[in-house]
Amino acid sequence: MTPSRDELAWMYRNMVLSRRLEETISKIYFEGKTPVFNMANGPIPGEMHLSNGQEPVAVGVCAHLTAEDIVTATHRPHHQAIAKGVDLDAMVAEIFGKATGLSGGRGGHMHLFDPKVNFACSGIIAQGLGPAVGAALSRKLRGLPGVAVAFIGDGAANQGAFHEAMNLAAVWKLPFVCVIEDNSWGISVPKSASTAVARNDVRAAAYGIPGHYVAGNDPLAIYEVAGEAIARARAGAGPTLIECETYRLAGHFMGDAEAYRPKGEKEALFAADPIPKMRARLLAEFGFSEDELVAAEGAAADRVAAAIRFARDSADPRPEDALTAVFA
Amino acid sequence: MTGTIVKSNERKLTIARSMAEALAQEMRIDPTVFVMGEDIGTLGGIYGNTRGLIEEFGPERVRDTPISETGFIGAAVGAAQDGMRPVVELMFVDFFGVCFDAIYNLMAKNIYFSGGHLKVPMVLMTSTGGGYSDGGQHSQCLYGTFAHLPGMKVVAPSNAYDAKGLMTAALRDDSPVVYMYHKGLQGMGWLGTEPGATVHVPEDSYTVEIGKAKVVREGRDVTIVSLGIGVHHALKAADTLAQQNVSAEVVDLRSLVPLDRDTIRASVAKTGRLIVVDEDYHSFGVSAEVIASVVEHDLSVLKAAPVRVAYPDVPIPYARVMEQFCLPNPAKIVAAWAQMAA
Repeated sequence: MTPSRDELAWMYRNMVLSRRLEETISKIYFEGKTPVFNMANGPIPGEMHLSNGQEPVAVGVCAHLTAEDIVTATHRPHHQAIAKGVDLDAMVAEIFGKATGLSGGRGGHMHLFDPKVNFACSGIIAQGLGPAVGAALSRKLRGLPGVAVAFIGDGAANQGAFHEAMNLAAVWKLPFVCVIEDNSWGISVPKSASTAVARNDVRAAAYGIPGHYVAGNDPLAIYEVAGEAIARARAGAGPTLIECETYRLAGHFMGDAEAYRPKGEKEALFAADPIPKMRARLLAEFGFSEDELVAAEGAAADRVAAAIRFARDSADPRPEDALTAVFA
Repeated sequence: MTGTIVKSNERKLTIARSMAEALAQEMRIDPTVFVMGEDIGTLGGIYGNTRGLIEEFGPERVRDTPISETGFIGAAVGAAQDGMRPVVELMFVDFFGVCFDAIYNLMAKNIYFSGGHLKVPMVLMTSTGGGYSDGGQHSQCLYGTFAHLPGMKVVAPSNAYDAKGLMTAALRDDSPVVYMYHKGLQGMGWLGTEPGATVHVPEDSYTVEIGKAKVVREGRDVTIVSLGIGVHHALKAADTLAQQNVSAEVVDLRSLVPLDRDTIRASVAKTGRLIVVDEDYHSFGVSAEVIASVVEHDLSVLKAAPVRVAYPDVPIPYARVMEQFCLPNPAKIVAAWAQMAA
């Protein structure tokens, strides 16, 4: 399964959009936080988990999804939210804690909810699995179309919730795909020290479902494997477990000194940055022109600038609105 | 209830049967309602509250689950957000320890995290209570634990009429409702059953409004506030007190969230005295909240310091004499009055 030219353009555009957004956020994040770093200060307070480097997984999977499909994501959700089509203005405004944000400032960057495109995320490791399985059950019970994808990190595969959700999805043969983003680190603990198996796809055997590992942080390879799994789910053949090798170019959160990284790892990761690699392939193998890609990159930068402007110009929420929306 | 004249139109049901009836009636009119939990299918629920459902609605809508509370409660949240109205059963409330993340970090928070754009219409049914020597992991009430955390409505019926009406109301609510039923009220013979919980239940569907307490016995001298099985202890104590010429008013909270503070305050304003009966732990719980509702509102109505009859702050012991020593009962309520009146 090979992406069409339009799909390739979509994948590249969304990878660049996510990267530009995070580069911009990472600059704004330090406003008000220098010379003394205090997480509570600045226009973007709180923890900030960047996904740069992991964009191939988001676009390789979401290229197969439409708004009616369901995605649950993690505490590191920006690339997936963008690839799922979450409204960028409202998403950035939420990250800024503004009244115009997705939830009017009640959620923040780890709690982005956009029901219009069936996107949700959560700050707790492995917590998105249950709701994704439940949404898949909802579609199956009602005979409605739709596949649910839970994105998790490699560390989440060691949570009890992972086992429960995978078993439930498999025993009920639900239209569900679990996509593990293996960035090889759980904050400071390497996968080799936390996980008894080198690759989590082998755990699929425990649920009697297909498991696939995709090496190389390659959006085209991810596209191919995810496409098969999602088609399988749509056909009613049940869930699939996919683990994708990917790289976290930044720390666990902004401010992470990353002293746990082996010497030279960061340099190697940046040398393998998936965006320039895809760019080169689009030019060399898929007939894209330099002008086309420059235009796409410019459009992404403009879109990010507009979203940031929207967020900055938006009003703070009224403090007393904190007391609303507890119940439906 | 021996000696009571049974009226010809009376239709007495246990709480178990009234819960199952409410579920069945709502499942007939709303195809998005479905039930998941351990042993809720063929067995009909350990406590009988899903009996008959699988026969009528089949195993797709009445789903026995693996022993995976985190998995299926989390799944219910996702199904609710996707437009269904799932009902899940946590067999014993004590088991919340294995799945509280799905309950309070997901179920209770996602409406808020979405800024009110999402509904999470689901019901979490769970059994509470001890008194039958099931030990400290199968006997707790934990009302205060759930009621403390924002984002969940919490109800706890004391009789079959309220049980049906609260269940129907919960099924129609767009927010998550924790439905806490007491094992000693279920009408399951093997648990020992409070006969006062088995009352007339209309056959037609009806709702009991969530967030409304009820004065179940009027009185002048003291207000006894309770919920679940404690209401029956309070009514028995009120009978004893009446023989001493003390007129006790009994308030059945029925809901903990929202808490009907107005009904509590109005009753205490009338009687001037307050006893709170709660099978949940003594400290940091429902009993303190009820007292705070009165004293932070108007201290001047009180003629005496309020008294709590609650479970001591110890894990629940197994030995019958030890557990019975710890549990609230009518005699303790009568003694509380004596202490208050002294």
